[in-house]
Amino acid sequence: MRGRAGNSVEAEMAGAEGEDSLYPIAVLIDELRNEDVQLRLNSIKKLSTIALALGVERTRTELIPFLTDTIYDEDEVLLALAEQLGNFTMLVGGPEYVHCLLPPLESLATVEETVVRDKAVESLRKISQEHSPVDLEVHFEPLVKRLASGDWFTSRTSACGLFSVCYPRVSNTVKAEIRQHFRTLCSDETPMVRRAAASKLGEFAKVLELDYVKSDIIPLFTALASDEQDSVRLLAVEACVSIATLLPQEDLETLVMSTLRQAAEDKSWRVRYMVADKFSELQKAVGPEITKNDLVPAFQNLLKDCEAEVRAAAANKVKEFCENLPEDSRETLIMSHVLPCVKELVSDTNQHVKSALASVIMGLSTILGKDNTVEHLLPLFLVQLKDECPEVRLNIISNLDCVNEVIGIRQLSQSLLPAIVELAEDAKWRVRLAIIEYMPLLAGQLGVEFFDEKLNSLCMAWLVDHVYAIREAATCNLMKLVEKFGAEWAQNTIVPKVLGMSNDPNYLHRMTTLFCIKALSEACGQEITTKHMLPVVLKMSNDQVANVRFNVAKCLQKIGPVIDSNALQAEVKPVLEKLATDQDMDVKYFAQEAISGIFSLPLFRVFLLDFTFTLNFVPMMSRNEYRF
Amino acid sequence: MEEEIDNRKINNSFLRDHNYATEADIISTVEFNSTGELLATGDKGGRVVVFQREQESKNQPHRRGEYNVYSTFQSHEPEFDYLKSLEIEEKINKIRWLPQQNAAYFLLSTNDKTVKLWKISERDKRPEGYNLKDEDGRIRDPSTITSLRVPVLRPMDLMVEATPRRVFSNGHTYHINSISVNSDYETYMSTDDLRINLWHLEITNRSFNIVDIKPANMEELTEVITAAEFHPHQCNTFVYSSSKGSIRLCDMRAAALCDNHSKFFEEPEDPSNRSFFSEIISSISDVKFSHSGRYLMTRDYLTVKVWDLNMESKPLETYQVHDYLRSKLCSLYENDCIFDKFECVWNGSDSVIMTGSYNNFFRMFDRNTKRDVTLEASRENSKPRAILKPRKVCVGGKRRKDEISVDSLDFSKKILHTTWHPSENIIAVAATNNLYIFQDKVN
Repeated sequence: MRGRAGNSVEAEMAGAEGEDSLYPIAVLIDELRNEDVQLRLNSIKKLSTIALALGVERTRTELIPFLTDTIYDEDEVLLALAEQLGNFTMLVGGPEYVHCLLPPLESLATVEETVVRDKAVESLRKISQEHSPVDLEVHFEPLVKRLASGDWFTSRTSACGLFSVCYPRVSNTVKAEIRQHFRTLCSDETPMVRRAAASKLGEFAKVLELDYVKSDIIPLFTALASDEQDSVRLLAVEACVSIATLLPQEDLETLVMSTLRQAAEDKSWRVRYMVADKFSELQKAVGPEITKNDLVPAFQNLLKDCEAEVRAAAANKVKEFCENLPEDSRETLIMSHVLPCVKELVSDTNQHVKSALASVIMGLSTILGKDNTVEHLLPLFLVQLKDECPEVRLNIISNLDCVNEVIGIRQLSQSLLPAIVELAEDAKWRVRLAIIEYMPLLAGQLGVEFFDEKLNSLCMAWLVDHVYAIREAATCNLMKLVEKFGAEWAQNTIVPKVLGMSNDPNYLHRMTTLFCIKALSEACGQEITTKHMLPVVLKMSNDQVANVRFNVAKCLQKIGPVIDSNALQAEVKPVLEKLATDQDMDVKYFAQEAISGIFSLPLFRVFLLDFTFTLNFVPMMSRNEYRF
Repeated sequence: MEEEIDNRKINNSFLRDHNYATEADIISTVEFNSTGELLATGDKGGRVVVFQREQESKNQPHRRGEYNVYSTFQSHEPEFDYLKSLEIEEKINKIRWLPQQNAAYFLLSTNDKTVKLWKISERDKRPEGYNLKDEDGRIRDPSTITSLRVPVLRPMDLMVEATPRRVFSNGHTYHINSISVNSDYETYMSTDDLRINLWHLEITNRSFNIVDIKPANMEELTEVITAAEFHPHQCNTFVYSSSKGSIRLCDMRAAALCDNHSKFFEEPEDPSNRSFFSEIISSISDVKFSHSGRYLMTRDYLTVKVWDLNMESKPLETYQVHDYLRSKLCSLYENDCIFDKFECVWNGSDSVIMTGSYNNFFRMFDRNTKRDVTLEASRENSKPRAILKPRKVCVGGKRRKDEISVDSLDFSKKILHTTWHPSENIIAVAATNNLYIFQDKVN
């Protein structure tokens, strides 16, 4: 910010060169009400420029009142406005005057659009920190009360998010009032407000004194957790995590656990789902003793829940839950309580459940160690590898690295192979695509011999897949394999096969050769590229299909930097020049692109040199720009 | 509340006072909001008209209760589905109001495929003052601008705006017949012939299918969903009715998919009444929970039935709407009237029910006194502030004065859509292109 506070740019400028500096700001102000939303949005985003030009005085007395009444606008404009106002303190004259930002934010906090309201609340929370303790009680806290007792539930929902920021900074009397308001909102008649209160319960509990947590928050928590609306009860589960963290261990049993037990057995699957989804957090919050006695059985029940959504959410948490079990009894608990349920889930009727389990089950092997893995987990992996649902198999294959560390992949390889082959030939191309992406990883873990023996042919088969996305992924896969196994391996195994495809009767396959060469040239290095690949590419420049010919041009441009410069001049250049006179427009275009791409590089460097030379002598900047 | 349904004074307003009515003007749905201050109608032309109740004023106390047009907007336009070569009509099938959340009002309107959320809001201020233009809109010379002007808001005549807030599309393969807002205020469901979807009011790109009765082979299709509604207080409960005359109650707590119902309401068929038309006339055209949530009301072609949620085997009460048509089913089948979808409504205290019939007649049944009445919504027979005369249809025998014979009923004048004020005795009746609003006698 320039100039002294309170002194407007306008005043300074009017004397000197007024029209220059006022005009753009005049435009910005007028565009605040332009018919085009984009222009209005633009102006709102530059609100600080406008305020700076007006000075703090006029910002407070004219701009802010105008903005307060602008809540008829589109959501995106209001959202931008709500965000801007959170950073406006200096522009209205600093913390002393920050309260004049409250009216516009208050009206934004009552609009129906949740994102706008949330942003307004966020900005209000931000500027609350800039209020002095006195201003907080004189200006901010009354606003919170007004919102909390507003006629419409939008204003009451917004109030829920503001209690926690003012509570720590106000006097004891006001604190009591705030607690009272929060209590009222927790039993509001509309579920919207109760949901907002439930979702802020944990946050509010954190700023309360421990005694009040016990005397105020716990009854509210218990009431919300048995609300008639499912959507309120499930939010109470979230609050449970924060509340449990605040309370001393000895109070948990009496104050929280009965409610939590009830939630885990709620009639509504959505509430049980929430418990399953928050299980790791709950586990950390209640500590190891309660986990052993209460959460283990609860988790077992969730894994056996009648609703598939709940089982899937619980299955997702299996690894995390086991990891966080107290170390002394971890293995026994897993083996006797969790594993039996997991075994059942492996043959669940719902594929989402199975695939959720498959995405974490491999992680158990590091927790249980080699012997248990071989004896108990391996059979499960093998069952899942043969699952009818491709997603389950994929999830197993994509997590092979954890097992590899514990028992080595060889144990699995006999079942792995059929599973991979089947996925590789799946009728859904997205499944094939997914397995291709795991190939480099698998290749690394299985080693080059196993790969050559079993998987190489698969990788080559994908190159002639009838779906382009698969062929594309297959070329990319080859590149990664070469990076892994080296150029020599490439030359012996894949390059001959790739080059062989250049004589394929199908032009799509001939193009695949070109794509592969493009992808492989760098990894294979100069010698292989120049000796083996280049002749094939050049030969293909006579292809009768134009698409092949222009891909030759594109390919040459790409591999140009890898080819040795003699061959470039002697062989590549004539071919490209010939293609540049091709009868097909596209071939011509790409040939010219390639020529300028490969051969104009040195020229360009010379030009640059010249340019820097002149720069020293010609004054490049005009005088005007030195004006301060 | 005293139910003097025989002696009600009328206070009617006529809409669209045309001498001719086009197809697009035919009212296809009518609905009060939760306070009764607003009344919305939708028509076959895709328009929504919202009426607002006149505020009570000291000098004209009798004017309280009159409804005036508040906002009119085009909710849906005709569309064409190019993939399926299907025309999508703009006709508004249903309107449902949302609970009021701020100074604006919100409603959901739907045609066959797309549900839209509309906001109806007021504006009474207008910004004034530009930097680059003068008051008449002439561009000012930039060099004359020596100071900045911030626009000022000035009062103006009240303007009511309707803006589309959300468009929920691509959720339905078949025609949407019902929408219903959940008591949690954040979700609603939309129902087509074979499926029910659950939406979040703020999310338009995702909906959850909760009921699907489509058989794997469409040739095995024997039943379609005709209407569905959420319980007024229990967020987890909803019902749907079928073309076979049964009602299923589902509990969303039990499972994410509600293909398995938790209650099944159906009346055993009387074999002596069995005829070619039995199945058609038993198809349920509307289902409504009572305000208390204790009862269900269903409408089939000839009757209205009230069911207790705790008794699945048979209805608690059955009311004959126009039993005299039983002998004319054959001709009603020939002119397609037998497939008309009549709706039904409860009054605010669940003690009276109302539903429509032919010849611009509509029927009311008092559940306590078991009295019933037939009234007529017609311009000729009702003068403003006059009392509506009960009508009688004569069934065989000699026709008495004031009676109308079955044969002279006009089947093209049907009252399909009605609505009852949530707390007062004010009703709105849609008769083809006219909307009649009747009010209980005022003092």
